[in-house]
Amino acid sequence: MTMPSRTEMNRSEAGQAEAGASQPSQGLSETSAEERAALVEAVRDFADARLAPFANQRDADHEFPVETLCEAGQLGLGAICVREDVGGSGLSRLDAIAIYEELARGDIAVATYISIHNMVVGMIDAEGTDEQRRRWLPQLTDMSELASYCLTEPGAGSDAAAVATTAVRDGDDYVLTGTKQFISGAGTSAVYVVMARTGLTDDGGVDPAQRGSRGMTAFVVPASAPGLSFGAEEQKMGWHAQPTRAVVLDGVRVPASDRLGEEGEGFGIAMRGLNGGRLGIAAASIGGAQFALERTVAYVKERATFGQPLATRQHVQFELADMETELQAARALLERAAAKLDAKAPDAPVACAMAKRFATDAGFRVADQALQLHGGYGYLHEYGIERVVRDLRVHRILEGSNEMMRMIVGRAVLGER
Amino acid sequence: MKIVVLVKPVPDTYGDRVLSLETGLADRAASETVLDEITERALEAVIRHAEESAKSGAGEVEVVAMTMAPADSQSTLRKALAMGAASAVHIADERLAGADLVRTAEVLAAALRRAGADLIVAGNGSTDGSGGVMPSMLAELLELPAATRLETIEITADAVRGTRETDGGTMTVTAALPAVVSVTERMPDPRFPALKGIMGAKKKPLEVVALDDLSAELEGLGVALDETASARSIMVAATQRPAREAGEIITDDGTAGERIAAFLADRRLA
Repeated sequence: MTMPSRTEMNRSEAGQAEAGASQPSQGLSETSAEERAALVEAVRDFADARLAPFANQRDADHEFPVETLCEAGQLGLGAICVREDVGGSGLSRLDAIAIYEELARGDIAVATYISIHNMVVGMIDAEGTDEQRRRWLPQLTDMSELASYCLTEPGAGSDAAAVATTAVRDGDDYVLTGTKQFISGAGTSAVYVVMARTGLTDDGGVDPAQRGSRGMTAFVVPASAPGLSFGAEEQKMGWHAQPTRAVVLDGVRVPASDRLGEEGEGFGIAMRGLNGGRLGIAAASIGGAQFALERTVAYVKERATFGQPLATRQHVQFELADMETELQAARALLERAAAKLDAKAPDAPVACAMAKRFATDAGFRVADQALQLHGGYGYLHEYGIERVVRDLRVHRILEGSNEMMRMIVGRAVLGER
Repeated sequence: MKIVVLVKPVPDTYGDRVLSLETGLADRAASETVLDEITERALEAVIRHAEESAKSGAGEVEVVAMTMAPADSQSTLRKALAMGAASAVHIADERLAGADLVRTAEVLAAALRRAGADLIVAGNGSTDGSGGVMPSMLAELLELPAATRLETIEITADAVRGTRETDGGTMTVTAALPAVVSVTERMPDPRFPALKGIMGAKKKPLEVVALDDLSAELEGLGVALDETASARSIMVAATQRPAREAGEIITDDGTAGERIAAFLADRRLA
């Protein structure tokens, strides 16, 4: 294994990334290169002990390791960038991407669930009132309770403003009705942040001023809310170690005090949350691909064809060089985006979209090439490579498809909003 | 109550460990330096005691991590702080490079006397030097009782109690405080340091102590401050362990027993 050299690489990169960040974001502590290395080492120890050895079996058994997530919560992994007064770890996005990468080296499906949980917890932290933060966050930050993000619907994916779930005001409550699709953690999570349409006219139509993204509002819904139910567990290509279900809201009453932000602010809240979510998914792509690359380096040294180890073939060396280069480029782009998000730079969403598109494409290509270099063994479940390929495939689709990422970047290039 | 846990940075047992044939010392650049696991377990046991003590109102327990190690091994002490030690003491002095067990014991004893501890907890042996005698040496120098190789540990206000395995059975031993104990790998698994603990570690006191800082204590122990002029043990030669050779495979054709007996007799093993 090439682990020691990876540690060195990470350390030097962490130092450079820090130097490249224009300024730390408010309320978050600055992390020195030494501290970053200690964070990464601690998360690696956790991933090596609690994730990597079980990743294949959890994939085969479709096991969502809730107890392991609870332990991750004890380490502070449930709220990496959340303020400390509610149990968060108070770290920066730059720290977070290094952490997600290490988690994904152990198990992509678990790492990405942790990223999604962090996104939801971060939304309540950033957008919630103090009262809401104190009510919902302490048990989410330590992961004794889990959270899910509910935006996508059967008829609203990339076109997120087409959300059809409605929230009708009734006295001090809202009544939510609709279906949310592809919800990670659904059925297990204790808390659901739901985007729904407000600003409806009395006859059930949409107020013309509230159409599209303008009429969306975010709500925090507990699993215990009457009228909330879940679809069957989806049978997916990958991400078997986390459940995906539909969330059905059938007249779910939500007190107005559980509305996140004001009416009409939901779309902005959902999109701001996704900036960080995209960094997490991108980092997990790099981590998963890094695992596959490390396995491949070991394999090509051992495996001989025509009397020579594969590693002596120039073709193999070139492939490994490209894989390494792609991952380093992805890491550099991702660190740039994380630094911009930490600095609250106006172009941070574009940088996040660019990094998400590049890192998830690169990660998938590297994993696929790792499988190719493993030959038939790469296709066997036992070797763990095909799992990485299956797990990383969806990173190009979710948290905003890579086509949508291109739209965001393309608009910015053209100077449009 | 103040408990000092002796921790030790060692070459990672999962990596290649290299002995420099020129100096006879471990080549510390050849592998990652990590906290010896046995000392992590000792620390875990003591931190748990401190947490339980605080929770039950039994009184505050101050946990200090102490090591004598090269100057560049501070990250391991930071890990001890991240796990939950309140402060750390790092004895670092170029004059201590290659110190033997007796010299190490003298310097640690001096530092322990300076720190003042109700209880000193160590692992029962390190994965690099594997001397296994340090706790007893410290007890001798400090004139304290030693309870070694404990597999369980129970700390009260004025005593420490634990069980130790012997060839004949299990002993339960108790020592009045202050005392020195060593623990085995039966101690609980060390915790993963929390992210917040790692970030907080830098704010905790980490005192670097040079040999000169210990002059009074060393004098009190009746030992010399600097021994470079008169080393007690000198490395005469160091050689690389020879590569393992393939063993002899005996296929049983009815005479295997006799041949194995002859093999052992030839090597004076029987």
